[in-house]
Amino acid sequence: MKFYFFHLMPYGALDLDYVKTHESAWLTLPNSYYDPVQGHRLYRRYIDELRLADALGFDGVCVNEHHETAYGLMPVPGVIAGALACTTRSAKICVLGRALPLLNNPLVVAEEYAMLDNISGGRLIAGFVRGIGVEYHASMTNPGESHGRFQEAHDLILRAWTEPGPFAFEGKYYNFLYVNLWPRPYQKPHPEIWIPSQGSAQTIDWTSHPDRKYTFLHTFSPITAVRKFVGQYTKRCEDYGYSPSSDQLGWALPLYVAETDAIAEREARAHIEDFFNKFLRAPTEYKLPPGYTSLESAQAVLTGTLKVREQHLSFEKLIELGMFICGSPATVAERLERHHREMGIGRLVTMLQFGTLPRELTEKNMRLFAGEVMPRLRPLGERP
Amino acid sequence: MFDQSEFLTVHGCRVAIGRRGSGPPLLALHGMDGAPGFGPMAERLAERFSVVLPSHPGFDASDTPDWLDGISDLAYFYLETIERLDLRNLHLVGASIGGWIAAEMAIRDSSRLASLTLIAAAGVRAAGAAMGDPFLWSPEAQVRNLVHDQAIASALLQAPASEEELARRLKNRFTSAKLVWHPRFFSPELQKWLPRVRTPTTIVWGADDRLFPIEQAHAFQRLIPGSSLRIVARCGHLVHVEKPDELAGLIFDSVRRGR
Repeated sequence: MKFYFFHLMPYGALDLDYVKTHESAWLTLPNSYYDPVQGHRLYRRYIDELRLADALGFDGVCVNEHHETAYGLMPVPGVIAGALACTTRSAKICVLGRALPLLNNPLVVAEEYAMLDNISGGRLIAGFVRGIGVEYHASMTNPGESHGRFQEAHDLILRAWTEPGPFAFEGKYYNFLYVNLWPRPYQKPHPEIWIPSQGSAQTIDWTSHPDRKYTFLHTFSPITAVRKFVGQYTKRCEDYGYSPSSDQLGWALPLYVAETDAIAEREARAHIEDFFNKFLRAPTEYKLPPGYTSLESAQAVLTGTLKVREQHLSFEKLIELGMFICGSPATVAERLERHHREMGIGRLVTMLQFGTLPRELTEKNMRLFAGEVMPRLRPLGERP
Repeated sequence: MFDQSEFLTVHGCRVAIGRRGSGPPLLALHGMDGAPGFGPMAERLAERFSVVLPSHPGFDASDTPDWLDGISDLAYFYLETIERLDLRNLHLVGASIGGWIAAEMAIRDSSRLASLTLIAAAGVRAAGAAMGDPFLWSPEAQVRNLVHDQAIASALLQAPASEEELARRLKNRFTSAKLVWHPRFFSPELQKWLPRVRTPTTIVWGADDRLFPIEQAHAFQRLIPGSSLRIVARCGHLVHVEKPDELAGLIFDSVRRGR
């Protein structure tokens, strides 16, 4: 099993009383809530945490892209990835990922990723996402074009990385007379590609296709959903006539490790509850603009067969749902080993800082995870 | 219910269509709520006109064609439709995005048009006057913010809706979003070319429209030569729902101004 340290870079200094007057930490929360002095401090601290992950032996350090939100301060993740490319030694640099449909010129991602790959000497893992629903409100990208733009942008980037330039690209959304990438990527034929997802059927089908076999990374969901969608992905691979390697199956979630179960609960409780209930807070209309999902999925949301989380998630509920794993090293390792055995997940993307979790607790969490959990799980290999 | 059991195929797209009444032809183009919402108004108009009420491609029981990307596609679709039905001296009436489609038709080819009535029409932007964002509104706000009289909103919210009806509304919301998302609810080209419209035009607007502010009505009036503006007091965006008597009278007036 391989381990990756993921940072959302939340605005941890957020005044959480905002919930009394605003419906979401996304899109409409006035940016007067942001203090650049605090922001500076947090950015530097979070970069230190990512560097520490490299030193502690994580296989990769991960960043991602969100816009207009206190939930994550990385509208341009390449800035952080660039800093990491120069200051980390051996960890992969994972950008999970750039939201392709939001761009009018996806070649900027081909360029940015190629630069990161060159600077890091081939350590880039390239994530491509559609972006969550709220990004379509923030960017005014038509949600009904999300899948079409995603796939076309992806095809353009792949061709830019692998075909000799200059060449012309003719698409529905993107048209170029001269595609001629400088620099070309360092890795051959191109950086490894991951697709973070919340389980859209179209994405599962596309990701598992034998032409791609990209790593399917299921993110921040109840364990029943992880099981269901990783199962669907595996099944899709088998329908295509192959068995997915454990490297193709990834799971991203927050975890907290402390000396004992009781200490872990005491230290993490308020921070994880605030993360899910205050940083992640947004009405359904923010999350699911019409066209972002298929009409059928939206129908299922409407009739209640597909649940959209709007209720308060307590610490107990989060543990029960398996959206958060918390406890002593033994507790956490056992839980992860069990899930590995049932799903064959080979790549665990750990979020060991969440919301307001302070520096000391984050570092302790990281050291215990790296020192006492990782070694127990490392030997776990392919699915039995 | 305005019967819409007929189907018509234009440019490869099969659409539901209702035809009723006799007299001069009148094509009614519905808004984001689909044709059934405009049905009662179409019934009234059928007392004096031969009314055609289609469901736009992508709405209600009509197909959603692959070629449907924006409002201009619907303008060409309906120009082709009125040629197919050989409608001449046509009175064109459109509400909300239906008004936008009607205006886009008029700047392209007005040779078959006798009058144009734009009811709380999308399509232009008035600088500095913020539109509502129905795609962020909760399901309840989607009703409340579209009418002035909250008793009407409450009645609409309490009316039971079948699963089929909910599916129809969702389909319309999906197609609406696709058509209007960006630039939101307007077209820079339309704004540029509205002065080309020579068809006698009446603009009707609810004084308390929280989706499209009244400044947009003034913008339409400024841009369309010789157009007249009729503002309906104590009325929100859904004029046909909230003030049907007044709207029917205004449409009859508008038609009288036509050629």
